[in-house]
Amino acid sequence: MSSRVMALWEWFDSRMPSVAEEWRKHAAEYYAPKNFNFWYYFGVLSMLVLVIQIVSGIFLTMNYKPDAALAFGSVEYIMRDVPGGWIIRYIHSTGGSAFFVVVYLHMFRSLLYGSHREPRELVWIFGVLIYLTLMGEAFLGYLLPWGQMSYWGAQVIVNLFSTVPFIGPDLALWIRGDYVVSDVTLNRFFALHVIALPLVLLGLVVAHILALHDVGSNNPDGIEIKKNKDAHGRPVDGIPFHPYYTVKDTAGAVVFLAIFCIVLFFMPEMGGYFLENNNFIPADSLKTPEHIAPLWYFTPYYSILRAVPPLFDSQFPGVLAMGVAVMVFFFLPWLDRSPVKSIRYRGPYWKGALAVFIFVFLMLGYLGLEPTTVWGQLGFDAFFLDTKDRATWVARACTVLYFAFFILMPWYTARDKVRPVPDRVTM
Amino acid sequence: MKNLLAALLWLPASLLAAGSGYPLDHAPIEPRDLVSLQSGARTFVNYCLNCHSAQYMRYNRLSDLGLTEPQIRDNLMFAADKVGETMKVAMTAKDGKAWFGVPPPDLSVIARSRGADWLYTYLRAFYRDDQTASGWNNAVFPNVAMPHALWKLQGERDYEVVAHTDKAGHVGIERNWKQLTPGTQGAIEYDRTVRDLVNFLVYVGEPAAQSRKAIGIVVLFVLGVLYVFAYAMKKAFWKDVR
Repeated sequence: MSSRVMALWEWFDSRMPSVAEEWRKHAAEYYAPKNFNFWYYFGVLSMLVLVIQIVSGIFLTMNYKPDAALAFGSVEYIMRDVPGGWIIRYIHSTGGSAFFVVVYLHMFRSLLYGSHREPRELVWIFGVLIYLTLMGEAFLGYLLPWGQMSYWGAQVIVNLFSTVPFIGPDLALWIRGDYVVSDVTLNRFFALHVIALPLVLLGLVVAHILALHDVGSNNPDGIEIKKNKDAHGRPVDGIPFHPYYTVKDTAGAVVFLAIFCIVLFFMPEMGGYFLENNNFIPADSLKTPEHIAPLWYFTPYYSILRAVPPLFDSQFPGVLAMGVAVMVFFFLPWLDRSPVKSIRYRGPYWKGALAVFIFVFLMLGYLGLEPTTVWGQLGFDAFFLDTKDRATWVARACTVLYFAFFILMPWYTARDKVRPVPDRVTM
Repeated sequence: MKNLLAALLWLPASLLAAGSGYPLDHAPIEPRDLVSLQSGARTFVNYCLNCHSAQYMRYNRLSDLGLTEPQIRDNLMFAADKVGETMKVAMTAKDGKAWFGVPPPDLSVIARSRGADWLYTYLRAFYRDDQTASGWNNAVFPNVAMPHALWKLQGERDYEVVAHTDKAGHVGIERNWKQLTPGTQGAIEYDRTVRDLVNFLVYVGEPAAQSRKAIGIVVLFVLGVLYVFAYAMKKAFWKDVR
């Protein structure tokens, strides 16, 4: 039996040796640092969630109807009448949020250990592109259930484009294909969500991994393991990705899936954060919901949008600030001037700045979920107060700090007091 | 369109202040109590299903509640011919709009948008009001278009909000309910009727909810077993890594 399989493999291998070659290059002989810690699970987990989303998405399209009159009902049809349909739907809705959870943690890992730094700038740039595409993919997909939040969320986001000077209104019209979000919009969003962006996403993931495997992985010490090789030319502190990290990541993936399934089976709405209550009301173009909030993964940016005051009656400054808040991530490899990569050897400036940034990002995220009146109003009058909502002023302060983290980065990273980096990784 | 964006971003805050602020009671529902669910189903088809549809819910799905198809057909199906049909109503959205001002919403997922507590409080908060077209008003949903469909059970009531200031100067609100005419059910019995109805609406919102949790326990158990093997394999491979 096994000799037959081997013979078959040899037949295959002699005709297409590149399969074995790629396997060696990217798994069996890809040397990864041996000191990966908890934070290094989230790259593989992002890929796992991508696969989960693609597979569950394929099954959803078998019963979903991208039609304004039928979409909402078809989702309920999936939830009730399609055998196992509710599992598929909850996998996909939980997966949408899980994707952002793992991607945010994956990005945070870069900030911790300097994975964005030279020579991994391209890995980082492809990563930010993946993040941007993912945001687009999530936004497009959120329209499809055609509930009130789907509809009005899309209305708000598409209207952001209408604030662009000169071409704005035409741009928004072009995106919608109609004067309001309508059946036409739903159809094109479906096409983009199901075909266009997943293809882009897959391409970017391949580029991200190829770029990574060309330069090799960073590690919690921020040391280049390729600088220290043995007689065979293998990094001394490296271990082959397969089998070491394949077995380690398998165990990590099982833990992740368990958490995923706790949400999926016991709290699929996650208290309204993964599936919003208002989205169980069919879209109604004549009835604006009392409170429009995007899903949790967009709320930091939504907060920034609301925090920036309008200029000459135009919301464009807010939209611009929101756009810059995302785009600024591209420049991170060049803004960070620290002589060391890992937080383990960085000084108090970076640690302080990163702590402030995390706090500010979470605070903006929280405020974006709430109406601006959540903390009441300031008790005094002043000429500079265009709004007395306390939450808006906190969001403004946080927005300033958000940008300060990036703008001042070249200054405080270069002056930080760093500790000496060891030659070999520490376990 | 620019103004629309501004409206969507900031106007909501001002609208929010207009909520009724009526404190919601906790709905004491028990999703596995089949007797309660069956009673709720009976109230639903008798009182709600005349104006409100549950168009994504099929009659034969009520077998989840421990009912046989003949039982469903004989006791709960007044508006359909076949047991595989969904819970639709004869009243069109156009009629509904003409009669009530707004078409009565479909109730398939009402428990998922409003929540059980809201429904439980709302259905017990109707009062007589001659200022409205229907003669009814609601403390939870002020000026709601819906008349009190269960009024014969609860009887007519009066509701009054009194603001008063105590000795320390704190302004308090007192909500006074007064029974005008008795219903066929006493207060406790009526609460139970509404409890059962809300229990049923929660079930209708997600009929798979109970099997979902049961499957979840099995899945987590399987993952737990898988983890033991995955962890043992990791340990075995990594024992020589230092």
